[in-house]
Amino acid sequence: MSGNKEEEDPRINGIKTKIRVVPDFPKKGIMFQDITTVLLDPKAFKDTIDLFVERYRDKNISVVAGIEARGFLFGPPIALAIGAKFVPLRKPKKLPGETIFEEYELEYGNDRLEMHVGAVEAGDRALVVDDLIATGGTLCAAINLLERVGAEVVECACVIELPELQGRQRLKGKPLCMLVEYR
Amino acid sequence: MTTIDQENKKPPRSELAVAASLDSEIMATKEDVQDPRIPKIASSIRVIPDFPKPGIMFQDITTLLLDTEAFKDTIDIFVERYKGKGISVVAGVEARGFIFGPPIALAIGAKFVPMRKPKKLPGKVISEEYSLEYGTDKIEMHVGAVEPGERAIIIDDLIATGGTLAAAIRLLERVGVTIAECACVIELPVLKGREKLGETPLFILVTSDAA
Repeated sequence: MSGNKEEEDPRINGIKTKIRVVPDFPKKGIMFQDITTVLLDPKAFKDTIDLFVERYRDKNISVVAGIEARGFLFGPPIALAIGAKFVPLRKPKKLPGETIFEEYELEYGNDRLEMHVGAVEAGDRALVVDDLIATGGTLCAAINLLERVGAEVVECACVIELPELQGRQRLKGKPLCMLVEYR
Repeated sequence: MTTIDQENKKPPRSELAVAASLDSEIMATKEDVQDPRIPKIASSIRVIPDFPKPGIMFQDITTLLLDTEAFKDTIDIFVERYKGKGISVVAGVEARGFIFGPPIALAIGAKFVPMRKPKKLPGKVISEEYSLEYGTDKIEMHVGAVEPGERAIIIDDLIATGGTLAAAIRLLERVGVTIAECACVIELPVLKGREKLGETPLFILVTSDAA
């Protein structure tokens, strides 16, 4: 399968209609894609997870890495269904054990993404999950963290893509699977 | 299975108190003989000394998430407890409650409602303040996420002082929701968090004396 939108699947439209767009959050001009309304609809939430699980269950994925905090909503259900371990990728100072970090750029300044040492092993086949891809900076940092410990990133999976921000180009050649585009 | 054994000891139900008896049915299973899955779950939790500050023995559930059987068993125990009990809302406290809450919600057909630190939720919110060791913090929930009359469980990875869970209970009760139970993987009983929860029962898989 190509790493593209599941165009034909009838469940996609149901999910799309449940996403709430909140204008001017966190600041003026941004149309924020709110997935909390998807979580309020058990069918839409289940369909979202099912679509990813159907795609990945036979791909020998051993790790699902979820990006704090909204990646934590989608990653664990996928991990449980496909029998993979779940690894949280977190903002600095949240993980209690020894960590490695990867810096990435924000509009102003930098931020860091951290992962526990030992959570992922060389040879692990990994999926990176977040609710949305915008510029791709966070996902790129996640890919770097996983590759540094010798894992193979198979794909990035997001519910929503903002294609105009071209995040897809920043994934170090890794494919992206998303369900809903917002232009 | 222990839950079936416990059902035989249920008190008889009054026809006028069906909702209350559902709660007492949940309470009757609280004192289970230990589920054989628990020891493996307990041993998968890593204790990290002196995090976030000296003297604290931090209960790290990330190692539980790396053990596919232990993680599945954790979710299964909660799902077995809450499925078919009229729970329409699973509320999870940011951020580790986001890891356990959604799989439970999905399995029991309930909605998942994230309860978040200030300024994270994009829509209109209601908030509840609670005390920290020094100062206060707030948790927030979206207006309209839940409706009066719904029955909820609140999930977090751990209960320590109970401040966050008590705030979550108050937040949901303010909008007319009944909390059937709070559910955590770990309790630190020495911190007496249970006492802050008032009438709301608490269900725990693992207790730790490290605090």
